Parts: sequence; C-alpha cells; structure tokens
Amino acid sequence: MDVRSQISMVFHLDKCIGCHTCSIACKNIWTDRKGAEYMWWNNVETKPGTGYPTKWEDQNIYRGGWQKTNGKVTLKGAGKRRGLTNIFYNPNLPVIDDYYEPFTYKYLDLIESPEGDDQPTARPVSLITGKPIDIKMGPNWDDDLSGTPDYGRNDPNLKNLSAAEQEVMFQLERMAFFYLPRICNHCLNPACVGACPSGAIYKRGEDGVVLINQEVCRAWRMCVTACPYKKSYYNWHTGKSEKCILCFPRLEAGLAPACMHSCVGRIRYLGVLLYDADKIEAAVHDDEKNLIDRHLDIILDPFDEKVIRAAKMNGVADSTIHAAQFSPVYKYVKEWKLALPLHAEFRTLPMLFYVPPLLPVMATVKQVDNSDQAEKMNPIAKYWDDNWLYDTSTKELWGTLDQVRFPLKYLASLLSAGNEDMIKDKWKKLMAVRIHRRRVTVGDVSNEKADETLREAGITAEMADGIFYLTALAKFEDRFVIPPAHREQAIEMLDFTGDTKGEVGFGIKSKIRRGL
Amino acid sequence: MNALNNFFFIALPYMALVIFLVGSIYRFTYKGFQFSSLSSQFLEGRKLFYGSVPFHWGVIFLFLGHLIAFLFPREVLAWNSQPVRLMILEITAFIFGISMLVGLVNLLVRRYTTPRLKFVTNKMDLVIYLLLIFQTVMGLWIAYNFRWGSSWFSTLLTPYLNSIFTLQPDITVVSLLPLTVKLHIIGAFVIIGLIPFSRLIHFLVPPIDYIWRPYQQVRWYWGRRKVRSPRTPWSVQRPKNN
Repeated sequence: MDVRSQISMVFHLDKCIGCHTCSIACKNIWTDRKGAEYMWWNNVETKPGTGYPTKWEDQNIYRGGWQKTNGKVTLKGAGKRRGLTNIFYNPNLPVIDDYYEPFTYKYLDLIESPEGDDQPTARPVSLITGKPIDIKMGPNWDDDLSGTPDYGRNDPNLKNLSAAEQEVMFQLERMAFFYLPRICNHCLNPACVGACPSGAIYKRGEDGVVLINQEVCRAWRMCVTACPYKKSYYNWHTGKSEKCILCFPRLEAGLAPACMHSCVGRIRYLGVLLYDADKIEAAVHDDEKNLIDRHLDIILDPFDEKVIRAAKMNGVADSTIHAAQFSPVYKYVKEWKLALPLHAEFRTLPMLFYVPPLLPVMATVKQVDNSDQAEKMNPIAKYWDDNWLYDTSTKELWGTLDQVRFPLKYLASLLSAGNEDMIKDKWKKLMAVRIHRRRVTVGDVSNEKADETLREAGITAEMADGIFYLTALAKFEDRFVIPPAHREQAIEMLDFTGDTKGEVGFGIKSKIRRGL
Repeated sequence: MNALNNFFFIALPYMALVIFLVGSIYRFTYKGFQFSSLSSQFLEGRKLFYGSVPFHWGVIFLFLGHLIAFLFPREVLAWNSQPVRLMILEITAFIFGISMLVGLVNLLVRRYTTPRLKFVTNKMDLVIYLLLIFQTVMGLWIAYNFRWGSSWFSTLLTPYLNSIFTLQPDITVVSLLPLTVKLHIIGAFVIIGLIPFSRLIHFLVPPIDYIWRPYQQVRWYWGRRKVRSPRTPWSVQRPKNN
C-alpha cells in the first residue's frame, strides 16, 4: 500500500446556477495575460452543448485520453511513438479557432468619434492581430442552449441516443439543461503528464496537483492533444503550455482556490482524499464497465488504522490525515457514493467528482389553480397568470425516474461511462434525501413512505441528514477542508507575484520574456 | 586574400563556437523560460504540415550526415568505395536537401502570408529563414556541381574541422576550395553563432529521454520516506506537511 494524499473536489451540479463567477475569478487571477486571453482554466458549459473547445468530448476529433487496445493502455493521440514522430507537426492539435479568437472592443471610439449623423459603435477587434474581426465564437457561445441547432444538437454525448430520444430532448416545452463547470481534474493517471516529451508536466506528490514547469516546457504541445478534457492550453505568445494550477499558492496558504471561494451557488467542495498509488495501474487497465468502481476503490478510508499507519510511513502529516477524515469530498464520493467522475472512459482517473443534477432533469410541471393567490395580489403589482408550477409531489417518484426530461443515457454517457443504473442510484439517493427532509420539516410525508424511499435508495436517515447538511447548510469550513501548510514552507514555495502581475502568474518572479 | 581566409576560416569558427557554447549554456541556465520551439501551429494548423515536416526531416538527415562524415571519415570512405553505395548515399542526401528547401520555402511563405503569424514573428526569424535557405541552396549547388561530396568532405573537410577542434587551425586546403563551398562553410558557422540568439536553440533540447522515461511523473519536495518514521515519533526530521 503506497498511501498518498490528493486535494480532490466535488461539484454539486444540482446547485450550479451557471453564473460564471468561478470563470471570472480564475481569469482575473491567472489568465488575463497576452497569449492567455482565450484560456479558461475554469469554464462553465451548458449541457447539452458542444462545450469549449467545441466538441471537446469527441475523441475521434481530438484524440485525447488513453485507450485500451488488446489489453494495453496507450495514449490515443500522443505517446512515445506517436508523440515523437508527430513532433514537427501534430495532426491532432486543436487550433485557436476550435476555442475562439480572443477579442475586445474599440471602446474609445464611443468617446472619441467626431460628431456625425450616426451613433458611434465599438467595433470588435482581435486580441491577436488587433484588426477588426467578425466574431464567430466566444466564451460560452452556446450558453443556456443558445444556438441549439449548431451546438446543443451536436453534443457528442447524444451519439448513443436514438433520433426520437433526441427529438424529445429538444422539444421546446420539455427542453431542459444544466450546467457543467469544468476545471483541470488533476487526474491520478494524467494523460498530459504521459504525453509531455520534455517531462515538464508532473503531479505533485504532496497534494496531487498537476503542474507544468514553465521553464522546461518546450512547446512540443502534446499535452494539449493528450488531455481528453482539453484543460491544457497552449499560450501562443510565450510558446509554453499552461493549465489550471488548482491555485496552489492559495492552497498552500490555506485559502480555497479562487473558483471555489467565489462560487455563488456554493456547489464546490474541496478536501483531501487518501489513495493507494499501487492500485492505479490495475484500475487503469480494467474494463470500461468496471472503471468507476475500480477508481473509487483506489480511494482509502482515512479512519482505517492500517491506512493511517501506511500514510505516516509515507510521510503524510498528521494534519493531512486529520483533514482527510473531515473531507467533504470523501463523504460525497465514498461514504454516500453520490458523486461520479466525468467521462471515466478516458481512463485518466480524474479526481474531480460531480453529483449528477436532479432538479432540471426530473422536474415536470403540472397545472395548478392559482386563483386564490391571484385574488390576494394587488392588481397593479405583478399578476401571477401562470398556472404551471413545478410538480414537487413525490408520489410517483420511482415511476418518473424513467420518464425524466433527459434520457438517462445522456447523463450516463457524461458521468458514468454509459452505466445508467449508476445514475439512477444517485438520483434515488438525492430524491430520498428530499423526501426524508420533507418528513422532518414539513411533515406531510408518512414515516413509512420516507423510510421506504430511504431503504430503497440504500441510505440511512443519519446519512440523509448529513447529505442535507453538506448540500444545503454547509459553511465555508465545511466545504473547504484544506490541510494546513507550514507557514515557513508556504513562503518558500510562493514568491510574491504582484510585482509582475499580468506578465507571469506562476510564481516566477523574473520578468517573462518570450523566446527569441 | 590571406587575411580574409584567416578571418573566415579561423576567426569566425572560433567566434561562432564560443558564442554558441557560452550563449547556449547561459540561456539554458538562466533563461529557461525562453527555451522553446515557439510552435505556431496553434495559430495556423494546416500549411505548417507542408513546411515543418519536410524541413525537419531533411535537416535532421543532413545534419547527421555531415556529423557522421566528420566523426567517421574512414567508414564513410569505405562505404563509398562501391559506386552503387556512393550513388545511393548521394541521391538520398540530395533528396533530403530538396525536401529541406521545399519545407523552408513553404515555411517562409506561410509565415508572411498568414496575418496572425505576423504577431509571433520577429526579425531574427527572417534572418534564420534566409540563412537556412541560402545554406540549403549552396549545399544543393555543391552536391550537383562538385560531385561525390560525401567522399571529398571526408578527405578534405574532416581534417580541417579536426584542426579547428584541436586548436591547431590549418586552412591550406580550405582556402583552395571553390567559392560556393567556402560560402557553405561560412554560412554554417554563422548559423552556429546565431543559435543562442534565435529559435534554433530548441534543437539543443530534443526530448530524447522521453523514450525511456516512465509515462507518469510524480515529484515530491522532499524525500518522503525519510521524513518520518512512526516508530520514532521525535526523530530529528520532523514531519513535513503535505
């Protein structure tokens, strides 16, 4: 047993409101530099949608991640043979148009234009060439299902759905969507690390953060191809690849990463997971249907005496073990088994887990009689003439699971490598928590009914209360359990980068100059 | 004439080599961030194929060919002792030379006809392109007009290069060579001298060790097993936080 610790994350998709505050927080801190304007280390996608870069999930286009052929797991579009022979021209490299050409507007024209018959306009100009451009693509171009014929309909996750199922999904009255915030998954079997010819990318042993050494990166750009989540970006100005650093300078100082700290919906949880590095290889090589189980199997119980002893042998500090025992991520992922990794079939063992969304998918509307309410209202004030409300009655819960607005297949392709039962299982738990809490707080659900749903979902009342607390009431300290770093080390690791703000952003204190 | 020969074949080589060594080591040690191939594929991903691939394979083959002729002159001459083998070698080299030239021209055209690339191009790039094209044209010219270069390189130029590296420069043979060959030699040393000041520097860091490196890399800031033994809780080495 080779116990290591990993800072891991859970995103509760039911709570994401798609406000993009996380993206903005990240952009302001890390990627507001020349060459990095197009990068969104954190981005929020609308699902169904094609995401960023367009259709990133379609590995027939981008050739990312690992693939298993004849029992051997190899990188799909990179690796030693493919990477070195394609080093002069990488046939699978996304280009800037697959993301979008960064742009700004000539705002000064609004002020400085001479008097004339027409209103002055602020024309968009490219941030690469500085020339006026026609914007064809931008961040969150397909937000909230905009441009559905071009984007939502081309979601790679729809490929297993029949035409009829897709039609139903995109009926105007039934249309539903949810948000998928994405950052680097800081995988246990990172494809970017495996693909880097110059060995610039590595996983930190202490906390599992995957980093690119900017001094060693030589722009062979294989990581961009290899990462199936397209979370390694090429900086066209400096000629270096960059990626999410999980705000490690903040983590070392005991602060939550910027995207998590700023999360308005409080959907994000961060904590330590102890894992057994010896099991990684076997897990990566297992069959696709077993991948998630094997992945969760790698994660160890931080209360187990044997695990604690092995962790201490490996130099994991007591404070880290302590943090692991209070980790909200451990609770969601292992104790309650509510969270799933994104696209496990890429075989990178991502350490960012998602609680599948329930509400947008399950909720149906029913006609209600609003006349009593409407009468009470001042006619000048807002008049409630909509008689359709979310149906929150829980009587036909298990029946409606099969009639959800999203085909189960869709979410299964996204979060459980095609296993629909796994998604169903999570939904049952999420619903059981709601029914249980309704019994406790409102009291209009019978004890038998509530107990039965809990039993069917496989959780106890205490667990349901725990899930409820961490989902709905959790305070900052509950959501982010960051193991303390020694202050003297934190200073050693983190140089003050404020002096060179806008030029660097990686803890490099020297001024950044592009290579000649 | 003698002074010119002395300058181009004694002074220039030593200047170039010193600049190359000192400059490259300095940049590698202190300017790691500037060590990059500065790939522009991200901004233009189609035309690059027709430039980068033929150029790089051509230049690698030709560079190794020159290196082998310099390091193992006797073996090269032995190989060339049969006309068929000599022909094979010369024709292959010529084809790679043409491939290199085609690649270079494509790269140059691509760089100056794609609007986005203007913003990742500097003057040194143009200098390097022109120098390399000049060098390739000279090389092809020599290969065509002064046949069987692989043989006479081994007998004429290898001793000259050896004399440079052993610090006893002897230019009697070189100063008698035709002008094109002289220009080719001068061009080579100029390019060597420019390596630390241009993107050519990336050829010094080819990712060879990737071949035998394990795919995954995990790094610790300290020797993690030495850090703490649970049996001696108050050992000198205190547990590190992680």
